Amino acid sequence: MSKNKEFVKFEKVDKSYDGKVLVVKDLNLDISEGEFITMLGPSGSGKTTCLMMLAGFETPTNGEIYLDKNPISNIPPHKRGIGMVFQNYALFPHMTVYENLAFPLRVRKMPKDEADKKIDKALSMVSLSGFENRMPGQLSGGQQQRVAVARALVFDPSVVLMDEPLGALDKNLRESMQYEIKHIHESIGVTVVYVTHDQGEALTMSNRIAVFNDGKVQQLSSPDQLYEKPVNSFVAEFIGENNTFAGEVSNISKDKCKVKVNGGEIIANPISVKSKGEKTTVSIRPERALINPKENMDNNHKGKIEEVIYHGDHTRVRLSLLGNSDFILKVPNSSENLDIKLGNTINIGWNSQDARALDPK
Amino acid sequence: MSSETQKILTTDGIPLEESLKKAEKKNKIKAFLLVCPLLLFLIITYVFPIGDMLFRSVDDRMVTNMLPKTYKAMENWDGKELPEEEVFEAFYQDYKLLVEEKTFGKLATQLNYEKNGFKSILKKLQRKMKKFEEGNYKEQIMNVHKRWANVEYWRAIKRRAPAISYSKYLKGMDLIEDESGSITQVPEDRRVHRVLWLRTLEVAFFVTLFCFVMAYPIAHLLATLPMKYSNLLMICVLLPFWTSLLVRTASWMILLQQQGVVNDFFVWIGLVADDNRPEMMYNKTGTYVAMTQILLPFMVLPLYSVMKTISPSLMRAGKSLGGTPFIAFWKVYFPLTIPGIGAGCLLVFILAIGYYITPALVGGASGTLISNQIAFHMKSTLDWSFASAMGLMLLTGVLAIYWVYNKLVGVDNIKLG
Repeated sequence: MSKNKEFVKFEKVDKSYDGKVLVVKDLNLDISEGEFITMLGPSGSGKTTCLMMLAGFETPTNGEIYLDKNPISNIPPHKRGIGMVFQNYALFPHMTVYENLAFPLRVRKMPKDEADKKIDKALSMVSLSGFENRMPGQLSGGQQQRVAVARALVFDPSVVLMDEPLGALDKNLRESMQYEIKHIHESIGVTVVYVTHDQGEALTMSNRIAVFNDGKVQQLSSPDQLYEKPVNSFVAEFIGENNTFAGEVSNISKDKCKVKVNGGEIIANPISVKSKGEKTTVSIRPERALINPKENMDNNHKGKIEEVIYHGDHTRVRLSLLGNSDFILKVPNSSENLDIKLGNTINIGWNSQDARALDPK
Repeated sequence: MSSETQKILTTDGIPLEESLKKAEKKNKIKAFLLVCPLLLFLIITYVFPIGDMLFRSVDDRMVTNMLPKTYKAMENWDGKELPEEEVFEAFYQDYKLLVEEKTFGKLATQLNYEKNGFKSILKKLQRKMKKFEEGNYKEQIMNVHKRWANVEYWRAIKRRAPAISYSKYLKGMDLIEDESGSITQVPEDRRVHRVLWLRTLEVAFFVTLFCFVMAYPIAHLLATLPMKYSNLLMICVLLPFWTSLLVRTASWMILLQQQGVVNDFFVWIGLVADDNRPEMMYNKTGTYVAMTQILLPFMVLPLYSVMKTISPSLMRAGKSLGGTPFIAFWKVYFPLTIPGIGAGCLLVFILAIGYYITPALVGGASGTLISNQIAFHMKSTLDWSFASAMGLMLLTGVLAIYWVYNKLVGVDNIKLG
């Protein structure tokens, strides 16, 4: 069975609420069948608006959305057959768990015995068998969340949308629910469009992540690509931790460039700079910079330790390095006796491949 | 485990319970003193007068106190034939005393309630009595007017003997206890109250219905519009509250009268002919229109407060799960508003059932309600006991409705805000 690569397709979609500001700008996005795609971005970046347009609660101001090659802008939400998990679950408080799950089946006039089977299956999938007669108010947050997931899946929709479904849960529960939703997705192969502002959540769960900012998709790629190879400084900044140097390209070859920064020169990997004299921001992940580099690293600088924060499994060290006093290092907690003391000066090194020269901030 | 429960002691060795009581006693006294003024106020201005009014509806000692000797003499009278001389003599003496005290008018009023025609013969008796000679009062009184020789008038006096009477309640339901003591309906041309009761229920029911039909969309709009507009709309809803009830009713009179604004408009757009303007006031239509408008906020506010708590994502969820907008409304939204509907309907119905000023002003003859009748007896006939009997019947009716409502919907489900 060949999967449709353009199962959901946003084509040149614009959205404005007031006719003055574009909330979504020229969005082009293809989602393939069975994919778990996450829209990640700060609040107000347009990700929820995209989800609402797909669900049918908002209409695109311009452009078209296709579901399985059919334009859907003129189809009302209840005819789209898209399941949705809402931020606050939106369980019907006056109905039992069973009735909540039966609602989508009843409006589709499914015979009762068939519906019962589906409800049983959906509830056992979220391990809530036996909770049929409870009211939503009698369930814990995590349980309500699972009922909401089961309800969105019980009528076998082709696409399920999730709008920050784990936002209201505490940290431990949120993590276990992330795995649970991921496993459900893997076992039934439904297409999931997930919206969150939590990058950890996005990295754990998704096949691909679309990073939104300012109404535009900044980068669309797999979680590892996104983390390892951010294409611009917003993505680098937004995903994970990041040390940055603002500077100017002083020399550039094919895969290396020299960047002049405040207190010296860095050899970096030119990503979005092309010529000498361009302004740039160099981004280095904290775990890619090492203390006392043994190998022959092409960047080697001296830094002064400004602050040491103990984190158990690792120690965070704040250095002042090349004019940047917020350079963060993560030092794994090992038996090696490193000379990490406040005020000491140490050697720091990294590979030029890991220092990405991106667009200036 | 030991079976005996050990008394817990405080560190000073006093039993804990005792110590707790002691500690809380002061607070209790303080709390009581704080509510004391209000309690006294309520007892003096509310419990006592209302209790007194309600007692009046069954209190029948007035006549008994005015004619003590007569009733004593009547104890042996079987009520079949005209009473003996001693009853007439006792009545003469009682009445003479009342004439001297100049309170005989009250007796005339009271006895007239019992039987029509008492007023004139008592007046006549008062005039002729001055020339009465001692002895043989039976003869002399009977000569004053032929009705004094009619045994029914004497029976009417005797019927007022008991100190407690429920005749006012019977009267309120167009029933009467006839001479033989059985309860029958009053003649057809005098059955006024039952019509009024039914009309009151009918008007209250339809006003509630109209209010509900109009308030539901308004409340929904209020709950879903953005703050900027909903505040303005809320002011529009509440604005009538800030104007006097009389002003509002009077403005309805200006609008609805035959030469009024609404009629002029109908004539102008050609809906009705100029010489055939419909009567929209001094009948039930006027009562419906004015009362619905005045009671509307009482429906809007409870509905609004309930709708405000319903998350808009519930309707969206209903739609995304495949429900048409109507199904999503009917299965999801509507059931969640039932507590508000219950509160609003109960509030409007109870207010409407006892409504007074508006029907009095715009109701005319066919639009007045039971409360207007109560007011009429309070102010015009001064039959306070009858008025309070009807008041109590109204109250009982409201309580009965409340009870039925509680059985059907459950008072716990009511939400006022």
